Amino acid sequence: METGAQTIFKEREGQIHRKGEEPFEMTCNRDSLAGAVSQRACVFCGSRVVLYPIADALHLVHGPIGCAAYTWDIRGALSSGPELHRLSFSTDLQEKDVIFGAETKLYSALTELIDRHKPNAAFVYSTCIVGIIGDDLEAVCKRVSEEKGIPVIPVQSEGFKGSKREGYNAACRAMFRLVGMRETTGISPVSINILGDFNLAGEIWIIRDYFKKMGVEVVANITGDGRVADIQRAHGAGLNVVQCSGATVDLAKMMQEAYGIPYIQVSYFGVEDMAEALYSVAKHFEDKDPDILRKAQEVVREELSVLYPKLQEFRKDLEGKKAAIYVGGAFKAFSLVKAFRLIGMKVVLVGSQTGTEEDYRELYEITDEGTIIVDDSNPLELSSFLQEQDVDIFVGGVKERPIAYKLGVGFCDHNHERKEPLEGFVGMLNFAQEVYNTVMSPVWRFAPRKVKRAREV
Amino acid sequence: MKKAASSSYTSTTNACKLCKPLGACIAFRGIEGAVPFLHGSQGCATYMRRYVISHFREPIDIASSSLGEKHAVYGGGPNLKLGVKNVTKKYGAKLIGVATTCLTETIGDDVPFLLKEYKRDVEDLPPEEAPILVNVSTPSYSGTHMEGFHAAVRAVADQVATEAEKNASVNVFPGFMTPAEIRHLKEIFEDFSLDETILPDISDTLDAPVLEEYKKIPEGGTPIEEIRRMSGAMASIEIGRTVETRLSAGELLNGKFGVPAYKTGMPIGLRECDAFFELLEKISSYETPEKYAGERGRLVDSYIDAHKYIFNKRAIVYGEEDLVVGITSFLTEIGVRPVLCASGGQSGLLAGAIEEVTKGILPESPVVRHGVDFYDIAEEAEGLAPDIIIGHSKGYHLARRWNIPHVRVGFPIHDRFGGQRLLNIGYRGTQDLLDRVVNAFIEKKQEDSPVGYGYM
Repeated sequence: METGAQTIFKEREGQIHRKGEEPFEMTCNRDSLAGAVSQRACVFCGSRVVLYPIADALHLVHGPIGCAAYTWDIRGALSSGPELHRLSFSTDLQEKDVIFGAETKLYSALTELIDRHKPNAAFVYSTCIVGIIGDDLEAVCKRVSEEKGIPVIPVQSEGFKGSKREGYNAACRAMFRLVGMRETTGISPVSINILGDFNLAGEIWIIRDYFKKMGVEVVANITGDGRVADIQRAHGAGLNVVQCSGATVDLAKMMQEAYGIPYIQVSYFGVEDMAEALYSVAKHFEDKDPDILRKAQEVVREELSVLYPKLQEFRKDLEGKKAAIYVGGAFKAFSLVKAFRLIGMKVVLVGSQTGTEEDYRELYEITDEGTIIVDDSNPLELSSFLQEQDVDIFVGGVKERPIAYKLGVGFCDHNHERKEPLEGFVGMLNFAQEVYNTVMSPVWRFAPRKVKRAREV
Repeated sequence: MKKAASSSYTSTTNACKLCKPLGACIAFRGIEGAVPFLHGSQGCATYMRRYVISHFREPIDIASSSLGEKHAVYGGGPNLKLGVKNVTKKYGAKLIGVATTCLTETIGDDVPFLLKEYKRDVEDLPPEEAPILVNVSTPSYSGTHMEGFHAAVRAVADQVATEAEKNASVNVFPGFMTPAEIRHLKEIFEDFSLDETILPDISDTLDAPVLEEYKKIPEGGTPIEEIRRMSGAMASIEIGRTVETRLSAGELLNGKFGVPAYKTGMPIGLRECDAFFELLEKISSYETPEKYAGERGRLVDSYIDAHKYIFNKRAIVYGEEDLVVGITSFLTEIGVRPVLCASGGQSGLLAGAIEEVTKGILPESPVVRHGVDFYDIAEEAEGLAPDIIIGHSKGYHLARRWNIPHVRVGFPIHDRFGGQRLLNIGYRGTQDLLDRVVNAFIEKKQEDSPVGYGYM
């Protein structure tokens, strides 16, 4: 077996840390190394992820067909009403468009699609090629907006201009143009916007239900099950509650600056973080509703009384098993480390595509000795760590799944395709169930790695 | 016959095609010791990996030069070279297939020149540190994934097959088949005692066994030594009726080295299989082995057993052009009426090929649409009253809307298990396909019936 050292590029050594080696130092926020097969995506991907769930908007990808094709209805971002977001629209640029410019094509595609689908707004995503040929998206969008009477907003998401993070920022800037467009009368002082939840498998509905029980009004879902009109009056909310590693935090900051709306960062994954999220919101509104903290505690108590006994059942079998985590944003990783601890499992590898130094320091704080912490990893490193640490389960996305399976290691899908909600208290139970289903399956005993180990014992 | 037409809309909605570099990556993946490499921004490689993984359920590492903003301005050359060097070092690649993307084509990077420079820099290194570099131009703003696939195969034949001594091998360019189908092809050639070189061969590289230790590059793929001697082969067989001459590896080897080039349709259905086996008889001078005569006999037998379940049912077939032609040919034989044959591809050869495989049986040719998306397909289908759709997963929404069965073939299959193991070619594969099509109709009838029949 190749050791980690043989698979790690010299240039990447600073992006990997083994807890216990002092001092803790972590390089991150770097461009991906050419040829290293990064698991990262691009700016366009970041923008698309954030804006996609806005269900009554038209999402037109201005570029060649690939960018639209690979993002067509691949996520479980549910809508309670319109489902325009599930269609894939593209200007499908051709060679002549690249040579002569594609503003006219964009104009007529937009007009055609708006007439056909009557959306409440349109987002026009810029792709690599548009950044090079220099189409004036702003001008085309302005013209169509005036003609059709709906907001038509360009998203500066040229793929090569950074990583997903820059895409998040471009999406936030695009959404910020909607905020403030509508009246805010009638909004309760005890009100929030939910930012950074994409309603995968209906998760935002679970979270909204908790807030409802606490008497908190939700003004806008940003962006899971999102609606244009709600975002347009989002500036009337008393607080922005932001989940996820920075996908929508830029919007919260812009709204704080422009409208004085404070924000808090939360996570809805795992028992501790979920409860903490409700308490933080409650504390924020305590002066407006003295009873709110009690109501939050009531929600938590009620949920936990159901959850805990069931979790203990899972824990009996899962105690001591080893887990590896590699996800897009580090915030999810924090919650996962805690969630595994709750079911008695040990995290031996944790990493993210786009964590910051602060994020990695926090991971360092919450993990055990010997845990490997890694930034912007790749299949060679991940496979070698999985083998070295002899893990029982790997948590990640689509690209990580075959690495685990090929080695005979269990896997938990924690990505945007998921069909089971993993947020909220019920989500913790689903998570435990999913971990249990993969770790306890009899199939691993037939995998060569386990066969060999069984022989050695 | 209604004339084949392409889309009348400016915008594309729910594309029935993928982009060129994806096809190139899959083709490169079918070569021994090869790593596909995209010269462009990081996102392209990641999106395509995701898409391919979801179908094959296998790892596929696609390297990228990961270009950033400054490279887009000053050129991607240095990153391309660094990337190639890194892939060589860490993967130990024997061949790196470099495909361009829309970004690098638009900024005008001269990839052949850059790679030549790179080769010059590493001239003195031992072969294991200097892999073969193949480049192919695959801007996503023209053509589809199938063009990228064929272009990559042709580029490999062009750049790797050097002047070799005449030999008794047969070059096979199968097009985009499943790993199971490639395995079946190998079996057939072996039974004809032919020494075949199948390019690409994804039978192991995209359908590999579970491992004790992770393989950086999976075992299998077309051996590079065999690709080298393709120039001296006794024949080339190119499968697919819609492969354009400019993309044809068979024509290329014919032009460069005089290797006789044979073309045949995807062997799906009796007549296309017969033609295929006849071709093998001709090339090998052997008769078709008994085993296949048996398979053929059983297939005809089951055509007869099945005919009343399916007669005059109306089908929409969509997807890659060669596959659409094969499926349409098969449906025509069993009495199902293909009413619409559609593809996002634009070889210009689809309508002619459909005419060819349906004439003599169908009273009139079906509607053929090329260069279309699913919006066009849905619109065209209005009034056609289809009973079934046959194609990849992305058409599922139509089957759901119309409440009709959907038999899945082609790429991608993202909503069913085992897409990589589907076998539709040969008499045996056609048998499998027939069973699935007939059962789809039986199941529909059974479910729609209030009686609850336990026999059908």
